[in-house]
Amino acid sequence: MGTSETAVSLKREVTGLDTLEIPVGPKVTRARRIWAASWPKLAALAISLLFWQLVVWSGWKPTYALPGPLSVFGELGSRLADGTLITATGITMRRAFTGFAIAVLIGTAVGALVARVKVLRTAVGSLITGLQTMPSIAWFPLAILLFKLSEQAILFVIVLGAAPAIANGLVSGSDHIPPIYIRAGRVLGARNLSLFRHVILPACLPSFVAGLKQGWSFAWRSLMAGELLVIIRGRRSIGYQLQVARDFADANGILATMIVILIIGITMDALFFGTLDRIIRRRWGLIDPSA
Amino acid sequence: MTTTLTKPRQPLVPEPAPPAALLVEQVTKVYGHGPEAVHALDRLSLSVGRGEFVCIVGASGCGKSTLLHLAVGLDTPTAGRIAAEGRTALLFQDAALFPWLTVAGNIDLALRLRGVPRSERRAQVLALLEKVHLDDFATMRPHELSGGMRQRVALARAFAQNADLLLMDEPFGALDAMTRDLLHAELEHLWSNLRFTVAFVTHNVREAVRLADRVLVLTSRPGRLAAEFEVDIPRPRRIETPEVSALSAEITESLRREVRSHGHL
Repeated sequence: MGTSETAVSLKREVTGLDTLEIPVGPKVTRARRIWAASWPKLAALAISLLFWQLVVWSGWKPTYALPGPLSVFGELGSRLADGTLITATGITMRRAFTGFAIAVLIGTAVGALVARVKVLRTAVGSLITGLQTMPSIAWFPLAILLFKLSEQAILFVIVLGAAPAIANGLVSGSDHIPPIYIRAGRVLGARNLSLFRHVILPACLPSFVAGLKQGWSFAWRSLMAGELLVIIRGRRSIGYQLQVARDFADANGILATMIVILIIGITMDALFFGTLDRIIRRRWGLIDPSA
Repeated sequence: MTTTLTKPRQPLVPEPAPPAALLVEQVTKVYGHGPEAVHALDRLSLSVGRGEFVCIVGASGCGKSTLLHLAVGLDTPTAGRIAAEGRTALLFQDAALFPWLTVAGNIDLALRLRGVPRSERRAQVLALLEKVHLDDFATMRPHELSGGMRQRVALARAFAQNADLLLMDEPFGALDAMTRDLLHAELEHLWSNLRFTVAFVTHNVREAVRLADRVLVLTSRPGRLAAEFEVDIPRPRRIETPEVSALSAEITESLRREVRSHGHL
């Protein structure tokens, strides 16, 4: 057998084994997958609405205190129609995104420094975790003292709520990088900055996204607390709507606003950060595809 | 560096034989201090010639991996000198591909870190993947491949480094026998065509005889050179031939003698 002949048969054997080793499974269609993921959620939603209606029908509380789903959704519909809801959501989301963006910048910078510099780690590592356990509402008296009743006061508390979680995500991510990746990176010639950029940072990604997700939920809670406490003239945010509804004992308004808060929270948390997290874990092979 | 600025002096003595691709001189590596210290390597000397395929075998604790880490610069020796000529790549037992990159992305990063311009990288990535017959899998993620395929990606990544010296740390240790046989053939084929230098560490004596020009046997704790065997079996070889078996038996006997010396009655 000549060398080229040997090479050809070797290639056939090698590629043949590859074909056998790549697992083949039945492909699930997109529509089917979406249906499988959504029907339990829809069912749960239907059951909770039914439960709510049953409680109302039981007469446990008068309807001016606990109205039924139909009247609440009617209120929600009319607020959507007259534009108050759109304006309120716009103001609130703008605050949320601004605050969260600042928190991401600060949290990432602090996290990167603390993760890479040993002294800083010893000095402020546990402080960051400590900050995270502080209920954000406890910051407001100080924030109002520092910034009066202003946008800055709200942003201040959002950033303090979200940044530690984001920094912590990065720190714990860099703590859990398998050393083999660092070694492999160094063998490829990555040093200091290039090692950080091409190996350490991407290796932290799953944990960093988990930190972002947690940071977002802290930011959202801080913002809601802030909008109830710090009412600024002419800024009819979601928190403002809730406060006004409370002042007028408007139960429909309270529940409609709460539903909006819940929907935004779920959308961002599950749909945005949840999907991001799932994409990363699937790419890395951290999800069992058969599960 | 000052050494590169000064003009080299004319050597007073004639140049010695062409330098080895890997030269290990009296290398000692000690981990820890005092009575707790572990002597991984003790005054180990060996050399691997240019284009040579050397396998290093030894029982556990002979400092095989330590030796490779020192050679590639991941660690520094406690004493002695270790010099690798040209570019050095290291293949790990676990392929150590980056899970956040595709197969092509992993190779591309190696080229990028070597300073290959973006415009040339795409074509080079494909050429390298073709070399290991994985061009159909460029867009897949490492976790979607089999263990043998991952090792071939790692091999392509080492070629992407344009390495003259390939250090391999039990790269096929975790693979099934059939895949391993094929990878032996593939590695032998690539080596015969491209003529890089290989220092291949394994605890599998048959594998060493199947692949190497020369097999070095290391002692354990501390690691020293115990014996050396030339392998004159013509290539391409097969692992199940009587010649491979006979030499393997001889080397295994010498390894056993070494292991027995650590035992007691």
